[in-house]
Amino acid sequence: MGGAAGYLGTLMVTKRMALVGDALGHVALPGIALALIYNFSVEAGAFASLFVGIVLIWMFKGKTEIYMETLTGVVFAVSLALAFLIIPSEDIETALIGDITRINLTEAVVSILLVIAVFFTIKKIFSEMILSTLSEDLASSLKINVRKYDLVYLLAIGIIVALGIKIVGSLLVGALVVIPAAASRNFSRNLFQYSYGGMFIGAVSCILGVIIFKIAGFGAGPFAVLSSAAIFLISIFFRQN
Amino acid sequence: MDDLILKVKNLSVSFNGDKIIDDLSFDLKNKENLIIVGPNGAGKSVLLKALLGIIPFSGEIKWREGLKVSYFPQNFFPAKEIPLSVREFFKFKKAPQNKIEESLKAVGLDDLSVLSKKIGLLSAGQFQRMMIAWSLVDEPHILLFDEPTSGIDIGGEETIYNLLSQIEKKINLTMILITHDLNIVYKFADSVLCLNKKAVCYGVPQEALNSESLRKLYGGEMKLYQHKHD
Repeated sequence: MGGAAGYLGTLMVTKRMALVGDALGHVALPGIALALIYNFSVEAGAFASLFVGIVLIWMFKGKTEIYMETLTGVVFAVSLALAFLIIPSEDIETALIGDITRINLTEAVVSILLVIAVFFTIKKIFSEMILSTLSEDLASSLKINVRKYDLVYLLAIGIIVALGIKIVGSLLVGALVVIPAAASRNFSRNLFQYSYGGMFIGAVSCILGVIIFKIAGFGAGPFAVLSSAAIFLISIFFRQN
Repeated sequence: MDDLILKVKNLSVSFNGDKIIDDLSFDLKNKENLIIVGPNGAGKSVLLKALLGIIPFSGEIKWREGLKVSYFPQNFFPAKEIPLSVREFFKFKKAPQNKIEESLKAVGLDDLSVLSKKIGLLSAGQFQRMMIAWSLVDEPHILLFDEPTSGIDIGGEETIYNLLSQIEKKINLTMILITHDLNIVYKFADSVLCLNKKAVCYGVPQEALNSESLRKLYGGEMKLYQHKHD
């Protein structure tokens, strides 16, 4: 999970969408609220509301010339407003901070399968996405359907965010995608090192988070994020040109 | 007309009801160098995009079947911080290693250590050379260049145009270039298209480009200095 988030994060950072993960974490909130009220899977609720949000962002992008990040901001604010209207106050903390102990075996297996699917999807579209970031016209001239790739990419973010929320909560889910990518950028000279570096750092941070949770009993999510932040600090001293 | 590789007839492009290109017609022959000149906002870049089929248009654009087109967009400078090596950039075109090396050598980038360099760390000259190599690596029949920085010294007192004209002598290449530099037109073009929404002039540079057509193209005072070369 951490690995896939880190891998996807390298693409998001390259596309200057570093904070989109954070914003989408909040887009998930109305769905999480409904899941908590009606007692169904939080991931399903999160993904349902992310799906609606993402399709809206994608459609707005097609209709206007506004940056994807700005559109995400609009959808994010609306979602947050809706969530505050419906979320039961005693469940706010779970939704915002996440709780890894709430995950049962079936959920874990489904999550792992989804993560693997997302990883291979991103791997398949990675170089086309990078090229379309460099120049959409250039990508189009090579017969790359930029619109289609954008949608696949956004949905992949949606799935990762929905799964990540369960672990670190909607407040911190953005960190899972951004920090490993930022650290990896410092370590890397090329795209290969950068993308797989992000994946590696993401995975290591989540594992460290869980280990610290097992030993000390503190929240796994916050520690996963703090571990990746520590790696980022180290990476600053190993900057590659 | 076996020699014809592109026929454009009554081409119009509109964005949100504004006509950007209005009823444009021209042809392109095999091995011809067509240069498009015109003021900012005249629709030059839009024309290239229409030719590539990446924006909607009305009218007719007819390429000869089976042609491979390579495109160099305007203002294409990848951000410095993107960790993308030259080798990885060539991989977008799925070219085999020997082709990559061959085309880098053809543009004067003989030192292949450039392949593992980050793209953002190339000098401006190296970058221009690399982009030409990149455009040529999959052996296109046609190059569409949207304002390769004119006059930039790419090392050894060469300009991008000298290099292109050397290369086209060796291979079968047809080019459409956009430029602001009228001198390039005389040096390099077989034909010129002056575009300002409509075709203001079209033909052999020495005939098509004159004070009258340039006045119509740019409006107001525009003096023409026709340099003699060779």
